[in-house]
Amino acid sequence: MDRRQLEEAFFKGLMIASTVIIVGILFAILAVVLLKGAPLLSLSMLTQTPKGGYYLGKGGGILNAIIGSLYLAFGATFLSFIIAFPIALYLQEYARNRFASFVRLSLDILWGVPSIVYGAFGFTIMLYLGLRACLLGGIIVLTLLMLPIMTRAMDEVMRMVPHELRETSYAVGSTRLEALLRVVSRQALPGILTAVLLAFGRGIGDAASILFTAGYTDHIPHSLFDPAASLPLAVFFLLGTPLPEVQERAYAAAVILLVIILSTSVISRLLTTKWTKFVIK
Amino acid sequence: MEKFKPHISVEKLNVFYGKHHVLKDITVKIPEKQITVIIGPSGCGKTTLLKSFNRLIDLVEGISVSGDVRVDGMDIYNGKIDVTNIRKKIGMLAQKPYPLPMSIYDNVAYGPRIHGILKRKELDRIVERYLKVAGLWDEVKDRLKSPASRLSAGQQQRLCLARTLAVEPEIILGDEPTSALDPVSAKRIEQEFIELKKDYTIVIVTHILRQAKRLADHVIFLYMGEVIEAGPAREIFEDPKEARTRAYIGGEIS
Ligand SMILES: Nc1ncnc2c1ncn2[C@@H]1O[C@H](COP(=O)(O)OP(=O)(O)OP(=O)(O)O)[C@@H](O)[C@H]1O
Ligand SMILES: [Mg+2]
Repeated sequence: MDRRQLEEAFFKGLMIASTVIIVGILFAILAVVLLKGAPLLSLSMLTQTPKGGYYLGKGGGILNAIIGSLYLAFGATFLSFIIAFPIALYLQEYARNRFASFVRLSLDILWGVPSIVYGAFGFTIMLYLGLRACLLGGIIVLTLLMLPIMTRAMDEVMRMVPHELRETSYAVGSTRLEALLRVVSRQALPGILTAVLLAFGRGIGDAASILFTAGYTDHIPHSLFDPAASLPLAVFFLLGTPLPEVQERAYAAAVILLVIILSTSVISRLLTTKWTKFVIK
Repeated sequence: MEKFKPHISVEKLNVFYGKHHVLKDITVKIPEKQITVIIGPSGCGKTTLLKSFNRLIDLVEGISVSGDVRVDGMDIYNGKIDVTNIRKKIGMLAQKPYPLPMSIYDNVAYGPRIHGILKRKELDRIVERYLKVAGLWDEVKDRLKSPASRLSAGQQQRLCLARTLAVEPEIILGDEPTSALDPVSAKRIEQEFIELKKDYTIVIVTHILRQAKRLADHVIFLYMGEVIEAGPAREIFEDPKEARTRAYIGGEIS
């Protein structure tokens, strides 16, 4: 082998090794969580809230955390979308170049801000307003956390839409808004869905930002002003108990979290393939 | 110069991209219900001139335009004009066919819907009518709901033509509309243009001289941002007055 072939063989080996490592880690995580958590999954776990002695190993379930997490994540995803989509559209057409770059830079910085900082920020504001931890507080802070991700991801996929497609729309007399809503968004739809999913995944898995803002409770929230439990925090609290058999229940909570994330990805994959048919290459 | 009724008349049009002077004092008239072909070497400003007719050049950042472009005597660069109305009146066919990311039906219905036609029956009628005019109906009538992206390039360009016609423009602009197509599809598009000229004013950019000769009633020769010569096709091709026109037609400059 000459030098160039050796070089290629070396880097190919490196690539394969890295890929194997990352796939291996994924399966290791799944294996640990499933092996430890799945045997503990029971109907009562999914359908009951914690009874008195739940944290001491007695009966009950984590329905409070399942419902809480779904409320928090879907609420925040919905709210984020309502805000992120217009920002992304605005960045495409209306913002001046320099202002658009400034907004993009700000969002990129926000993307990198650790979620505990969002939590602390939200907590401060809520203290100032005299609010206690509640579902609404959690949703708002999660929205702040998800917004930069969703906006930038949407922005990037919309920027990939060929300029000629917009021109085509203008050429039959559309306004800029019509071109954005009917053509650009349509072309970018699969990517927009991915952006939403990315933000949803970050939101539903986050513990630090909602620790002080949504709080934790054994009850299912009945209004936006009730505190709300969540799966990541359930994992955290259960793991923190002294009894090993209660600690195991943390893995069951993690399995539920994984199943929610997995099923949303699968559903959106199916939708994406349906929509991708229309995309112009 | 021959007398005719101008549909578009351009006077002292100057276009700059930043400091780059791309169109210089352009004064031309586009005759109604004829095919005008704009020829000239690459980079001479053909696309820019064409896009100045429907104000698509407005979209370019850093552009500045001065002078007059009148369509039916109306100054389209006048501030009070609604751009979307101008673009409805002047359809455009791009160099590469760009179907919209939707079904074949929705592609043709796109323009009419934007301009307020929402009744299903009426849209059905428009879609069928213009797919027929564009010579695509028989090939797609059984799959109107399928994605436009699945059509061949030639079919896509005919779809784009149908989409352009569906908003009932008076003028059709084509920027090298056959350059991305195979020879057979290109011939079909040319055929469509020849049939359309009884109802529409057509302006086509091409740098294929043979195509220009096949299609043109009227020719504009553009060179480095200036109109060197414009007139009836026969005059320009057979008896050009200018040395540069003669050189271009003789294949010496390209
Ligand atoms: N968006 C732009 N920004 C800056 N300069 C541009 C832009 N578009 C075109 N130009 C310049 O303007 C001149 C004319 O361009 P135009 O596209 O009108 O030429 P053309 O005759 O259509 O050429 P071709 O036959 O290659 O399509 C060229 O020199 C080109 O580099
Ligand atoms: Mg061009």
